[in-house]
Amino acid sequence: MDLNLTPDEQKFRDELRSWLAANVPEPWPGHRRGEADAGYWDHLRDWQQKLFGGGWAGVSWPVEYGGRGASPIQQSIFLAEVARARAPEHFGVIGEGLVGPTIMAVGSEQQKQKFLPRILSGKDIWCQGYSEPNSGSDLASLSTRAIRDGEHFVVNGQKIWTSFAQIADWCLLLVRTDTSVAKHKGITCLLVDMKSPGVSTKPLRQMSGDSGFNEVFFTDVRVPIENQLGELNNGWRVGLVVLMNERANLGASVYVSFEETMRQLIEHCRTRKRNGRLLAEDPLVRQNIAQAHVELELFRLNTDRALSRSNAGETPGPEGSILKLYWSEMNQRLSQTAMEILGDTAQLSTFDNGNWAYRYLRSRGNTIEGGTSEIQRNILAERVLGMPKSY
Amino acid sequence: MYFDLSKPQKLLQQSVRDFCKREIPISRVRALMETDSAMDDSLWMEMAEQGWIGLHLDEQYGGLGLGPVELSVVAEELGRACVPGPWLSTNWAATLLASIGGPVASELLPGVFDGSMRITIAALEEQGSWSFDPAVMETRLSENGKKTVTEAVTVNVLNGRKYLVQHAQQADHLLCVAGVDDELCLLTIPVASDGLRITSTPGIDATRKVYQCDFSNVPIRRDQILARGDEARQALQQSQNVAMVAVCSEMLGILQWLLKTTVEYAKSRKQFDRVIGSFQVVQHMCADLLLLTESARSAVWNAAWALQENLDANRAVAVAKVYVSDAVRKAGNLAVQSHGGIGFTWEHDLHLYYKRAKADEYLFGDATFHRERLAEMILG
Ligand SMILES: Cc1cc2nc3c(=O)[nH]c(=O)nc-3n(C[C@H](O)[C@H](O)[C@H](O)COP(=O)(O)OP(=O)(O)OC[C@H]3O[C@@H](n4cnc5c(N)ncnc54)[C@H](O)[C@@H]3O)c2cc1C
Repeated sequence: MDLNLTPDEQKFRDELRSWLAANVPEPWPGHRRGEADAGYWDHLRDWQQKLFGGGWAGVSWPVEYGGRGASPIQQSIFLAEVARARAPEHFGVIGEGLVGPTIMAVGSEQQKQKFLPRILSGKDIWCQGYSEPNSGSDLASLSTRAIRDGEHFVVNGQKIWTSFAQIADWCLLLVRTDTSVAKHKGITCLLVDMKSPGVSTKPLRQMSGDSGFNEVFFTDVRVPIENQLGELNNGWRVGLVVLMNERANLGASVYVSFEETMRQLIEHCRTRKRNGRLLAEDPLVRQNIAQAHVELELFRLNTDRALSRSNAGETPGPEGSILKLYWSEMNQRLSQTAMEILGDTAQLSTFDNGNWAYRYLRSRGNTIEGGTSEIQRNILAERVLGMPKSY
Repeated sequence: MYFDLSKPQKLLQQSVRDFCKREIPISRVRALMETDSAMDDSLWMEMAEQGWIGLHLDEQYGGLGLGPVELSVVAEELGRACVPGPWLSTNWAATLLASIGGPVASELLPGVFDGSMRITIAALEEQGSWSFDPAVMETRLSENGKKTVTEAVTVNVLNGRKYLVQHAQQADHLLCVAGVDDELCLLTIPVASDGLRITSTPGIDATRKVYQCDFSNVPIRRDQILARGDEARQALQQSQNVAMVAVCSEMLGILQWLLKTTVEYAKSRKQFDRVIGSFQVVQHMCADLLLLTESARSAVWNAAWALQENLDANRAVAVAKVYVSDAVRKAGNLAVQSHGGIGFTWEHDLHLYYKRAKADEYLFGDATFHRERLAEMILG
């Protein structure tokens, strides 16, 4: 057991730190929630290009695809350091974290050459078109149809909750290509140009006020057959590679934001008073702060253990569900702890820019996005503990 | 970063597991817990022979010279098998002695490690806490002014009461935490001393026997005072950190047993013509058991490693004690509930683990106690 960074890992971190110190731009001045403006997206794109120029885009990608060949641990160092440096948020997260690795795993040579460099340079923003109005947890029941017509698929249907679709250039889309077989066996994965005729996007406002996700409508959208990713009717497997990646990846980047939240909360406890007494002196506040600290530590440790396993060459498996389940529920508790400690003030948009209320509301989505907590528990029971299917 | 057991540590784990399976099946656990001592001399000597007493302590005293991680590995397996007896209290006491050092350590420790000398710690008081504030400590050392025949050796006397002293009746020596003036002091007291009365006070966990120790003018020679003041405080804190890693590891072993046993039961017990493990509510209880167990493992390994590396061990150990104490209680409740009526019987082994876990939850301070310690570190 050795929880210290290896000399290689330290060298990686130090290099990155000095690069970040010289390159992270000033924070975007505008309010970045609610109605996101075009300037903000450009700001993010510029940052991606800067990362790319500095050789820091796609750190975990193999060198042959333009990445840095970083180990899972190095990648988590990257995500943490970037967040600590208060760099702009990583909006290429779907392209770089999900789509790229899937294309590398199952894509054709031509697809790799066409798409991978554009993901790294920030030219293409991707979205993930999986969920549908009638197919959420039961994703395999999806009904967006693709019918072969010569050298094209013709796509008709609707996706929903699609994050980033309003600005995305491309979509990783799951469609039904065979209705005569079991539901898992008739799905295909397509790479769809969001500028194709027949694609339209309608933003949905989230309870937190963001318009982060969208409805996406496909009406007779023609997709060239060379944009089929992986084999025909093998889309379920292709799509799952992405989901496993998603669960394993998210941890490292969200940890730092929770750590920052905790820091701010502690700061408030040290300076704010209630009934003449510092919050930090209230025994219940003290219990709650300590409990939040413990839970946050556990998140870091669970993530590190999972990383250490993937570093040793084990591919992310269903245990990734433990991480997803843990952090999403933990973040809800942390948000509630903050609301409780800060009290009435925390609901105000004039207090800390409304961050506390925002975090609290946004955290409700954590146990839904990327597979609900109930689905994660099903996965743990059935695939890790070997219990019989319940449905 | 490598967050896993090394090969030799895995081998140690396997050998302890094999030993427990062979030598201490649950039938022997039950037989021992029905005795007054929960202790079996031949088993104790065998465990000593394996090197499991003081395995983390210096070879100069006869220990194995391994680290807290190895101690944790052994403790987890002993917890998984619910092994009765004084392993934990002995290791705590041995750690305390070793960290004080000096002639008493050299004299007692070799016998402790080979199983022939039995020691325990009398520390907790009914109206005190695991933070051992000397100002409110009832057990006090005071000078009585008389000189003994041996020149210049002042005789002091000890008065007061300790409780929840593990295996005091089976010990040869007690290490006692007492107040002297406004300081802490650590004493070594032979159980045969005049004025010392040891009374059995059966606790929730019958696999470890706990006693009340009453001290009434027990004479204490100067050479029985092992340490005072800061030195005593530090040695105690350090030994508690080690012992807390051990008790958290034991709880991890219990968690592992609860998870395995509950999942197996859920896969075999049938109701409504199907195994109960196919009901989603039962599945989700099992998934939560898994999450609690795996998270506890992360916390325990981290604490053991921090102790080994001499990092901020106070914090890492407190984090582990908070998390694991709460986790093992929740897991025990999930396990009983998933078993239905059979889980509520004396006949089923669950209650052995459930009660051991309940006692461990409080040992060295429960989650609330350590949250306040953490708050002190975080908020001041
Ligand atoms: C912030 C956010 C961002 C998102 N981004 C994207 C995106 O970019 N792309 C994308 O494709 N999707 C995205 N989603 C959609 C997300 O993946 C789905 O919302 C999710 O999978 C749940 O599907 P659903 O909303 O249809 O709920 P349902 O599946 O209808 O679930 C409703 C309730 O029933 C429970 N339930 C359903 N099935 C079971 C079962 N078998 N066992 C037990 N309980 C069950 C659920 O746990 C839930 O509590 C996003 C969602 C959110 C909140």
